[in-house]
Amino acid sequence: MRITQGAFSFLPDLTDDEIRAQLEYCLDNKWAVAIEYTDDPHPRNTFWEMWGAPMFDLHDAAGIMGELKECRAEHGTEYIRVNAFDSTFGVETIVLSFIVNRPAAEPGFRIDRTETAGRTQRYSIVSYAVDRQPTGERYDA
Amino acid sequence: MTEHTETGGPPSPEDPTATSATQSAETTAPPVTIDLAREYEEAGIAEVLDSLDRDLVGLEPVKRRVREIAALLLVERVRERMGLSAGAPSLHMCFTGNPGTGKTTVAMRMAEILHRLGYCRKGHVVAVTRDDLVGQYIGHTAPKTKDVLKRAMGGVLFIDEAYYLHRSENEKDYGQEAIEILLQVMENQRDDLVVILAGYEDRMNQFFESNPGMASRIAHHVSFPDYTADELFEIAEKMLGEWNYRFDPEAVAAFREYLEVRRNRPHFANARSVRNALDRIRLRQALRLFEERGSELTAADLQTIRETEVRASRLFETDDETAEGGSTP
Repeated sequence: MRITQGAFSFLPDLTDDEIRAQLEYCLDNKWAVAIEYTDDPHPRNTFWEMWGAPMFDLHDAAGIMGELKECRAEHGTEYIRVNAFDSTFGVETIVLSFIVNRPAAEPGFRIDRTETAGRTQRYSIVSYAVDRQPTGERYDA
Repeated sequence: MTEHTETGGPPSPEDPTATSATQSAETTAPPVTIDLAREYEEAGIAEVLDSLDRDLVGLEPVKRRVREIAALLLVERVRERMGLSAGAPSLHMCFTGNPGTGKTTVAMRMAEILHRLGYCRKGHVVAVTRDDLVGQYIGHTAPKTKDVLKRAMGGVLFIDEAYYLHRSENEKDYGQEAIEILLQVMENQRDDLVVILAGYEDRMNQFFESNPGMASRIAHHVSFPDYTADELFEIAEKMLGEWNYRFDPEAVAAFREYLEVRRNRPHFANARSVRNALDRIRLRQALRLFEERGSELTAADLQTIRETEVRASRLFETDDETAEGGSTP
């Protein structure tokens, strides 16, 4: 099942041109762009690995597309996302985040039910990919 | 994941690598005739070229060259629209000349022209020297250079004193790595970035001899001649006009003399030296006005520069070479 995290996640995968258009929009708004990757798709996993530092002061998306290409070369079988950070006073947060690369097969999640005191059920989501393999081997192409 | 080729949105002059087939598929058939005058008007480069003529004194060969390059690019653009593309032209340039001859200024105008003709997506200029590209330890150079290149994408990268990138005497020097990254980007991302190198002519020639790869990627070599004394005076008058000063007639003669002498002294940086000299003259004028204070001053008094301010320069004091060798007069 396709994970639906971040913007545009209910749409089909963005083409490179569409990614570039989004990046140009971010640069027009003077946001800093950063690339992150991970192989743990749990929705509560917010700390993905950073690919390089956030890129401030760029004028054109060509530089970011180059970084994305290099990230895909190394982590093409994992999830890669683009974050845009707005540094204006009072905002200072990530204002746009969308996935730009996914593994070919996403096995999805199951629900783990734990019984606690008084037959109360505690639920948690477990990713099949994380369950089966340690990191680095989860999404071999 | 699939990698889609760039076809762009509207059939755009923004994409010099689009083939005629793609364009015809995207748009109506290519035009049969093109009015070059109208294209020239629409591109809007006339005003940039005219302001170049107006704002820069002298530099006739440079202005001519810039017009030639602009004409070439305009015609290339037009040919592409008609389906007669000759492939993406190489736009990298090399400006040679002494300091203060307007290389950075012309590079900015060139970026403007390239942007208006659609060869540069954004048209900004990132001016760097060797220190911005080369690192101090192993592994430092590549990210440093790549960061600079990322910032310059979509515009022009202006590398001043480019020959310092290659220091052959020092094996621990990482300049070669920066050169290699540059060469790769200059070749593979020609539609993303235009590189303009600048520096002294003889040293740039040496640099090109030891880096034939770099030389082969440079399409246009533009040489910036030194200003004549008359041109330097014209520059001085322009600067004074902007700052609301003027020479009185004796000061004019004195300053012309000053320029004649200063030009032949060491460390002459053309327009920059003129500006520094004018700054010192303004200082002396302010000092004179202050020391003579007590009477009412008119605007004319505040604006006029007299001969004494010019003659006070150390340049006129002595012809002793050792006195000149150190600081500037």
